[in-house]
Amino acid sequence: MASNTSRRNFIRKTAALTGGAFAAAGAARAAPLPVAPSNQEPGRIIDETAYGMPSKFEAHVKRRRTDVFKNRQNLSDWSMTPLQHQPGIITPNGLIFERHHAGTPDIDPKTHRLVIHGMVKQPLEFAMDDLTRYPSVSRFHFHECSGNGLTDWLKPASTTVQQTHGLLSGVLWTGVPASTLMEEAGIDPKGKWVLFEGADSSAHARSVPMEKVLDDTIIAYAMNGEMLRPENGYPVRVVIPGWEGNVSVKWLRRMKVGDQPWHLRSETARYTDPMPDGKWRQFSMVMETKSVITAPSGGQKLKGPGFYEITGLAWSGSGKIRAVDISVDGGRNWREAKLEEPIMDKCLTRFKAAWNWDGSPGVLMSRAVDSNGYVQPTVQDLQKKRAIVGFVQHHNAIQPWSINAQGEVRNVIGQA
Amino acid sequence: MSSARLRVLAIMGVSAAVAACAGTGGGSSAPAKSSTGIWMGSAGPHAVQPLPDKPRFGKPVSEADLAAWNIDIRTPDGRGLPAGSGSVSQGQQVYAAKCAACHGADAKGGPVYGTMVGGIGSFKGAPRVLTPGSMYPYAPILFDYIRRSMPMDRPQTMTNDEVYAVSAYLLNLNGLVPANAVMDAQSMPKVQMPNRDGFLLDDRPDTQATRCMTNCK
Repeated sequence: MASNTSRRNFIRKTAALTGGAFAAAGAARAAPLPVAPSNQEPGRIIDETAYGMPSKFEAHVKRRRTDVFKNRQNLSDWSMTPLQHQPGIITPNGLIFERHHAGTPDIDPKTHRLVIHGMVKQPLEFAMDDLTRYPSVSRFHFHECSGNGLTDWLKPASTTVQQTHGLLSGVLWTGVPASTLMEEAGIDPKGKWVLFEGADSSAHARSVPMEKVLDDTIIAYAMNGEMLRPENGYPVRVVIPGWEGNVSVKWLRRMKVGDQPWHLRSETARYTDPMPDGKWRQFSMVMETKSVITAPSGGQKLKGPGFYEITGLAWSGSGKIRAVDISVDGGRNWREAKLEEPIMDKCLTRFKAAWNWDGSPGVLMSRAVDSNGYVQPTVQDLQKKRAIVGFVQHHNAIQPWSINAQGEVRNVIGQA
Repeated sequence: MSSARLRVLAIMGVSAAVAACAGTGGGSSAPAKSSTGIWMGSAGPHAVQPLPDKPRFGKPVSEADLAAWNIDIRTPDGRGLPAGSGSVSQGQQVYAAKCAACHGADAKGGPVYGTMVGGIGSFKGAPRVLTPGSMYPYAPILFDYIRRSMPMDRPQTMTNDEVYAVSAYLLNLNGLVPANAVMDAQSMPKVQMPNRDGFLLDDRPDTQATRCMTNCK
């Protein structure tokens, strides 16, 4: 190990070589460190009676409702994940976004039943202790609401990334492949669609094509290593990977096989996309490739010029993330960010790029490319195709964050 | 995944999908459409254990025993609409008792929700006014949604006659049925909704962004 003298020499030389930013940071000397009280007092004893919680100093990291949209009731409502505080690609269960159409029910797993019927050989009923006996699968997937970004289309309304993109979470789902249960019931060859219906007081329901149900759909009872949280569908839900969140019906009570879709309110009057000719795009369920920088992001303030790691999340409902590009000059020039393993199908992927901020104003952007070669569009690209005013869905545009000379980061969607 | 491969998948079941995807790591397959034309994205790579003796834990149940749960209506043709009926005038009374507190008098909007009347022809400009009259392509959507979800504080408690009646009242307020109309399983699917042809099937990806790296604008 080098002596103190030679280490100081090394630091001096390195500072001279790397110039301004490093020298400025190195010039602020740390104060002498006292022994901390935590070294001198015993800590809390193991509490076997309570569920472990984050540090009290992390109490600001929590789900929040939108600051922008004024909802006049709170049963059909949503809360958003604090992505600016999430390292990695997994969202802790207490921070996974919520979207309910009529509040969260408390359902007793002992009495809950799931049924499969309709165009099947034998209608079947399952209790929870039946479902947990089947061979299970665990898979990492992103989960995103179709309305993620609905308040921020052509002009900025939200401040933070929690408010612009927080209807997004990363989850390890565990359950039974839907195909296992479908095969047991015996699908009529004419059965092309499956209705999924909830046991909540909206009895929320959606029609899903049979091929997707047989491909990678999970009847899930657990998330991130524990049973589902009530607000995320306890005791059982469907998870339809890569598709808009509302097709993954929570509190699942019924699967009905049919030969055509049902065209319910939730797939005609809602969750459809307005087009410029006055028509509505229907059954647009794949969540298209998207990315967002989570740091630096809206509402944050840089601590002066120097080194920063630009980092964020990228995901695709149609495969894996192949690349993410970063721009610090508002989209004029781009460079490829580093993708952090693991990179998984229909899952959040973490990207990172080193950046030396010179203190001048700029605009940060990220642009994802998926395994099909699809490139994330700008909001202007979307505007050319869709009628993007008002309350709309499936917003996957590039998110620009501006930085002024004071280091303040702002949402400039549609402005850059 | 090609549509041909999807057909094979549908015929052979999931074991075909496992064989096709295992080892590729997935993701390189092209976006696929279902046999009914729905864009599904690429198929997921996943491995399902082959099961020599398939566990069967489902308990046989009869459709008759599921009757109370079997509330969905196939809305284009009204399949699933139950017996019963309701008139516009009966619906006005049910509405006043169970709906007006949130939706307002004459369904023109109340303390919680906006109007449920009008908006027909508003979708090419701003604001688009979304109501059952302007938006629903099929009238039986009203029955399905009201029965499963309304009133919000006590859903699935109205009689089928009450649901038919409220549906008739809302259709009348939107000028889509006359004041003497009666809704039932036969009449409701015949109501012509103005937005019947207002939908197009998902035709994304609809953007063709390119990966420009330098001097892009």
